[in-house]
Amino acid sequence: MHAISYAAPTTVADAVSILAEHGANARMLAGGTDLIVQVREKLRDTTVFVDAKHIPDLMQLSVNADGSATLGAAVACHQIYGDDAFSAQYPALVDACQIIGSTGIQGRASVGGNLCNSGPAGDTIPPLIVHGAVANIAGANGGRTVAVEDFCTGPSQNVLGDGELLVSLTLPKPAAGSGSHYLRFIPRNEMDIAEVGAGAAVTLDGDTIAAARISIGAVAPTPLFVAEAGEALIGQTAGEAAYEIAANIARDAATPINDMRGTIAHRKHLSFVLTQRALRGAVARARGMEVGHGH
Amino acid sequence: MAVETREEAVTIKHHSVDYSVVGTRPIRHDGVDKVTGAARYGADVSQPGQIYGAVTRSPHAHARIRSIDTSKAEALPGVHAVITSADLADPGEKVTGGGEATAVPLKHKSGNVMARGKALYHGHAVAAVAAIDAHTAGEAAALIDVDYEVLPPVMDVLEAMKPGATLLHDDLHTDIAGEASAEPSNVAAKFLFEEGDVEAGFAEAAVVVEREFTFATVHQGYIENHNALALWHGDGELTVWCSSQGHFTIRAEVADILDVPISKVKVIPTEIGGGFGGKTTCYLEPLAAALARKAGRPVKMTMARADILKATGPTPGGYVRVKMGVDSDGKLTAGEAYMAFEAGGYPGSVVAAGCMCVFAPYNLTNVKIEGDDVVVNRPKTHAYRAPGATQAEFASETVVDEICEQLGIDVLDFRTLNSAEEGTWRAGGPAYGRIGHKECVEAARGSEHWNSTLEKPAGTYRGRGVASGFWFNIGFTSSAIARLNPDGTVTLLEGSPDIGGTRSSIAMQFAETLGIGFDDVIPMVVDTDSVGYTDVTGGSRVTFATGYAAHEAANDMRKQMIEGMADVWDVAADSITYENATFTANGESATFKEAAHLLNEDTQQIIGKATVTPEKEGNAFAVHIADVEVDVETGKVTVLRYTAIQDAGVAIYPPYVEGQMQGGAVQGIGWAFNEEYFYDDDGRLRNATLLDYRMPTTLDVPMIETIIVEVPHPGSPFGVRGVGEVPIVPPPAALAIAIYDAVGIRYRDLPMSPHRVYAELAARQNGAEA
Repeated sequence: MHAISYAAPTTVADAVSILAEHGANARMLAGGTDLIVQVREKLRDTTVFVDAKHIPDLMQLSVNADGSATLGAAVACHQIYGDDAFSAQYPALVDACQIIGSTGIQGRASVGGNLCNSGPAGDTIPPLIVHGAVANIAGANGGRTVAVEDFCTGPSQNVLGDGELLVSLTLPKPAAGSGSHYLRFIPRNEMDIAEVGAGAAVTLDGDTIAAARISIGAVAPTPLFVAEAGEALIGQTAGEAAYEIAANIARDAATPINDMRGTIAHRKHLSFVLTQRALRGAVARARGMEVGHGH
Repeated sequence: MAVETREEAVTIKHHSVDYSVVGTRPIRHDGVDKVTGAARYGADVSQPGQIYGAVTRSPHAHARIRSIDTSKAEALPGVHAVITSADLADPGEKVTGGGEATAVPLKHKSGNVMARGKALYHGHAVAAVAAIDAHTAGEAAALIDVDYEVLPPVMDVLEAMKPGATLLHDDLHTDIAGEASAEPSNVAAKFLFEEGDVEAGFAEAAVVVEREFTFATVHQGYIENHNALALWHGDGELTVWCSSQGHFTIRAEVADILDVPISKVKVIPTEIGGGFGGKTTCYLEPLAAALARKAGRPVKMTMARADILKATGPTPGGYVRVKMGVDSDGKLTAGEAYMAFEAGGYPGSVVAAGCMCVFAPYNLTNVKIEGDDVVVNRPKTHAYRAPGATQAEFASETVVDEICEQLGIDVLDFRTLNSAEEGTWRAGGPAYGRIGHKECVEAARGSEHWNSTLEKPAGTYRGRGVASGFWFNIGFTSSAIARLNPDGTVTLLEGSPDIGGTRSSIAMQFAETLGIGFDDVIPMVVDTDSVGYTDVTGGSRVTFATGYAAHEAANDMRKQMIEGMADVWDVAADSITYENATFTANGESATFKEAAHLLNEDTQQIIGKATVTPEKEGNAFAVHIADVEVDVETGKVTVLRYTAIQDAGVAIYPPYVEGQMQGGAVQGIGWAFNEEYFYDDDGRLRNATLLDYRMPTTLDVPMIETIIVEVPHPGSPFGVRGVGEVPIVPPPAALAIAIYDAVGIRYRDLPMSPHRVYAELAARQNGAEA
């Protein structure tokens, strides 16, 4: 039987040294909703589990004095949507946190874990991208920051090297007149994984779109930041004509595969439809309207 | 979009019988244990000294096994035994069954339990180990080195039938009415059902519709994983604990696969967490027994969900072609069907049942139905709730809808005009007795659902569909033993594992027969040594046939009690009457309970017993109504409202009947929309998880409304018809028809998953633009 060891460091420095010592055999454990399943299914050969939840830096959740926010890598989804100040600023991320798995899963699963799992369909990653989040990484050679859109490098692959860990995410303060929305398409209504996901964040100046970011998931080896789609909206009047322009760009950017969750044609098309819907929701929120979190 | 839920349950009685226990809604006997978690399921059973088994499975869909090296596994500390097919009995050309299970070549049954010479599907068991704990066993299973010669996988029924297709079995010849074909083939058997003159029938037709349909392999999706615990006694006797739909069948199969006398094998049933037809055969039981024999220790095994999906029996995918003709009055003149069903790695799909069901709701005198049973590199398929009927009737009911559309005739009027009724000859026979399809159609016509207008707000795409369903229901053999307790209660021993609430529905028939209370009967499902032979829980037969046995056992008990009271009172037995649960004679009187006490004091043991094999099948019919909304941008379909109407004969325990109707409908909805086995080009199952094998959740279905129709079955003392299976039959057709009503596209391939629905919408859009 394989011996498994468990470490519960209380500082980032200790975690870094454990990770450095064990290399690829070691893995940070937050909620474990992906990691434990993967190890049990023999998809990952992890023998050293490094618990993230005793390290204060990884458990912080705060809106800072300058209006930005810090989200510790091990903070669970339910804490995020339970925090009114944070939720008010980052509704797209809240959308994602409310549709991942089930209520029980949301009590364990963390946004940082979702990012580090680096699945193409990870629901929190497009919202982090549209919110302009930056990953704060610690390692033996000190810290570094990476924009979330540059974090994932392939399915289950990311920029973290041996001995490195994600400490937290910094989310910039949204400008006045901003709104955001994330939604996904799943064949069922619950307990499912995105066939396509789309996030949008917009900043309005009256009826004119002053800034926009769009990201789509499950349509490429990594969640995609479709910068051109957002740029195409700048200066446009918020409305269906503008959304269609951005949605067409998103569809063109998508390079999906055929698998048991969907087909290339359907995913390309959904990239278009969901980008439109995400933009409608983001603009509605920017105008102060209520938009339910949805699929 | 919001789904409005309603809580409606309606019963429409076509009889005037009023019972005191039958038809009431008491708290079920097994309810408290299940709600409190005290109920013991298969994996809850343990024995002192037990060790744990694990199975090595083929990573290939089709491969010749050149050799198996077990030395590394055997050398691993903690490993007690390793087995391969060489540790099972040589099946030779024997047939397993022997009257106690479906008769099949033993080499197929044994080979499916553990591959013999060839691995025939991804996940096929090739070896097994037993070790001190489950982790060690799992590690040892991975150390077994199998040398495979990988062969091309044959995954599709139509491909498998083509000349020159790779053969799964060199020695498999097509069985055509008992004659074997000269050349080996992947077609294991051909079936033909022919009545009347089809050509003449089509010549009379004003409208003929012929369509092709395909459907994916689907799994029953029972919640409890397979399990087995085997213990050998010093005298060579074997005890097996497992949850199954028929422990007598498990006993027979284990005895044959291990070549042990059947009298040496005892199978003890546990509570069962669902089966739906999938637990009517053995998988782990013979392996646990063979490992336990080799290890000299009890061996416990449980199967992981991924292995359940890969290697237990799903129900067949395949192909159906249906052609139906009607005259200008809307009267059916002829029906022709061809169907090819996946058998899986070994012969024996449910295609013959599909053939006999395909036109069964209708009065059709000119029919020709052909069916092919085709082996492919998928797991050996098995029964699933009305096995074969859902696939076949998805096709015929969809064609019926198209005919109604072409004729401009109301779909319920069409059914009333063409419905099968008493005396109608069903393809394959026999002629129906008193049946209730017309009454179900009437109930549909009168239902609130049918008479409510489906609101279609601007920009929405909504539609309504109706489909009928038929399932045979069977009798087979059941036994019951009733022991009178000194306190006046009765312990009712039965051999039917309770997968659908049958302990209570059987006990209610017993209680009704003797006029005693529901709580005075204590039903128990007991082992193969403790009650007479009983066939599997399947075919919607248990409430009917085991209920019948309980009724006869109650009659036997009454007769014995009268004889006993004759001794107690010293009167002639024929002077004693029994009415209102009271024995009276010559001024003497004793209630049932008082009599039990008196007989006990007189040291009389009263043990009523019966074994019955009722002949008359109590055919089940259903009509379902579905309302859907299609999101034309994504292809996703939402069920807005759903009503299941069904002839239950007499609903013995109405909450269970409603539950069966709802559960069947929900499984049918899953079959219609998202469930499918997804294989890659190498024949490996890619969605062997409940994440990607998508069964509906509670959020995917509305409240399923029920209308119970009661047309009593004359072949049952209480008018029982089985209810468990037919409700899965209509949903795929009803939903496909509703989608057509919503968007004007006929979907003829299951599942109608969003990407498939979208693809047709997009094709139409592109066609319109071109």
